[in-house]
Amino acid sequence: MGAAVCLGCFAIAFGPAAALVLLTVAAEPLRVIVLVAGAFFWLLSLLAASLLWLLSVRLSGREDAAPLLLGAAAAVLLQELCRFACFKLLKKADEGLATLSEDGRSPISLRQMAYVSGLSFGIISGIFSIVNILADSAGPGTVGIHGDSPYYFITSAFLTMALVLLHTFWGVIFFDACERRRAGGLGLVVGGHLLASGLTFLNPWYEASLGPIFLLTLGTGLWAFSTAGGSFHNVLKCLSCKQQPEGRVMLYSALQVPPEE
Amino acid sequence: MITFMNNSDSEEEPCNERTSLMSAESPPVPSYQDGLPASEAGEAQAHRKRRAGSSRGPNNIAGGEMSGSGVPVRESALENEEEELTLKYGAKHVIMLFVPVTLCMIVVVATIKSVRFYTEKNGQLIYTPFSEDTPSVGQRLLNSVLNTIIMISVIIVMTVFLVLLYKYRCYKFIHGWLILSSLMLLFLFTYIYLGEVLKTYNVAMDYPTLFIVIWNFGAVGMICIHWKGPLQLQQAYLIMISALMALVFIKYLPEWSAWVILGAISIYDLMAVLCPKGPLRMLVETAQERNEPIFPALIYSSAMMWTVGMAKPDTAARGPSQQTWDAAEDGREHLRSPSHAESQMSETRSPVPTRPVTSSEELEEEERGVKLGLGDFIFYSVLVGKAAATASGDWNTTLACFVAILIGLCLTLLLLAVFKKALPALPISITFGLIFYFSTDNLVRPFMDTLASHQLYI
Repeated sequence: MGAAVCLGCFAIAFGPAAALVLLTVAAEPLRVIVLVAGAFFWLLSLLAASLLWLLSVRLSGREDAAPLLLGAAAAVLLQELCRFACFKLLKKADEGLATLSEDGRSPISLRQMAYVSGLSFGIISGIFSIVNILADSAGPGTVGIHGDSPYYFITSAFLTMALVLLHTFWGVIFFDACERRRAGGLGLVVGGHLLASGLTFLNPWYEASLGPIFLLTLGTGLWAFSTAGGSFHNVLKCLSCKQQPEGRVMLYSALQVPPEE
Repeated sequence: MITFMNNSDSEEEPCNERTSLMSAESPPVPSYQDGLPASEAGEAQAHRKRRAGSSRGPNNIAGGEMSGSGVPVRESALENEEEELTLKYGAKHVIMLFVPVTLCMIVVVATIKSVRFYTEKNGQLIYTPFSEDTPSVGQRLLNSVLNTIIMISVIIVMTVFLVLLYKYRCYKFIHGWLILSSLMLLFLFTYIYLGEVLKTYNVAMDYPTLFIVIWNFGAVGMICIHWKGPLQLQQAYLIMISALMALVFIKYLPEWSAWVILGAISIYDLMAVLCPKGPLRMLVETAQERNEPIFPALIYSSAMMWTVGMAKPDTAARGPSQQTWDAAEDGREHLRSPSHAESQMSETRSPVPTRPVTSSEELEEEERGVKLGLGDFIFYSVLVGKAAATASGDWNTTLACFVAILIGLCLTLLLLAVFKKALPALPISITFGLIFYFSTDNLVRPFMDTLASHQLYI
């Protein structure tokens, strides 16, 4: 407990997200707007899911796990629904931007928007999951004094990090599947999300929940990477930092390379 | 109110945007934020803002109402060409408003969460005389509605008074009023704020040091806001006084009254800006008729300037007054000579000395920014601050309100691009903010708490 735990868990949970935002999103205004719009859509889904959960609790009169299971499943499905709504809106915005631009190309591609909206879903979902926990961790207390796991904070932080990354990957895959009208991709994203959420029901048996979730994150990451056009070749090329041989003409007279376009 | 900023916004500059645009063969400027003769709009807006600011010292909420007033902007003939550049520049302007709004909210939330003074109940403003300490819910609701009615009527009276003052050219009075109110904000409220912060962190400060700090802060603030100063410093001061004002409201408005007032003031904003006989609209139109520069302060202006100019020998006709923005942000800024950039470090409305045309034939584009009334800042921060203060220690509610306000602002700016006239900035954001506050506090919070207690993730 204390500021060290709070800051450490915050860094674990949002380190990758912060790096991604700072390096890829913060410089471009359109991406920042897409980021905020994605967060807004996620919040709408959460609102609907909470309403459903509250109604089910009130109607059934029970406070145990069953309404919670229902609520969590509804939350997952509603999140994917809102992701679809986000896709529709961004596609329309993309077309609008393309028509308004000077050269007929929109300043931001649908793939970039897929990535940014996935990231925004991840960040806002992670924030809502962990910020109250972080606030409590900054204060005094003993973790797990009533017999719960003492690793609550650190596992929450790692779970949040996995969730952020998962949402980013799901965003890329989902938009691509919607664009190409592949129901398989959509189904797998929804299934993956349900699986990830379901695995957290195994907490505090962390070996069963954290391990598979991280494996799922890795797998989804590789899938998203290949969906976005990446391949082993690209990675090698990027890592080898080889300069591409460009088709340039050497000017004999000046013995200079003509200026690049 | 959101309006566009015209770069010939200066008090000394005789020609307005249109003349400068037409006489200089500069490329058409983007319509969205730029192409509007917003000087009058901006002036009226600032005027309104000022009026709001000066109307009542600490209990100045008129600023909020000011924010909403819209200025009908006349489209220039360069509209079609400007439309193409609309969204590209539009996104930048949205971010230029996101950043200060976010900063103001961060300051307010940080203060609310750490300094207990602003969440303690220490009486109420005279504008909300009815107490909410009543046993029955109905009575409490009635009291808060009555408080709101009184507050809004005071705002309306003050607005109308200011419009009359402006109409009958009592400029000195308005000037004096504004200066008095910003004096109070910059000195008295800062003193109280600093005192409370020092108390919270148990830091001792002797009176001479305090005097020097407050004196410097306040004096530089007065100069920056009312006269000339670096743009970023002026923006920082405006953000700080908005935050101070919002903190005062959060402290002194009783709970239910605050929410009802927020709702009522967005409705008032909507009507005052869009109705033909609305006081703010009349004010703006008067300012436009007179083609007068507005008084400084109480409008936040985000200005970005790209080096613009054609290779034309005669630069006298060029639109002079431009404002600098963060030079590092704009890639083309470096094209301008450093001396020129320095000369730009003046107050928003002071003109830029016409610079000699460079021999380079680069086409540059002029960019103007968007103006947002300080009342908008204040009421956004009041909403988020109240959410932070009263949502039972829950951060989710604060963050949800924050996102809602940003989205509202984004939508308002989108509407601004579509309608190309000044719009009230409060209604959409405050509506979203209120909806998200109540739904997050009552629906989402129990759900997320239950999930977190079982360490479940959705």
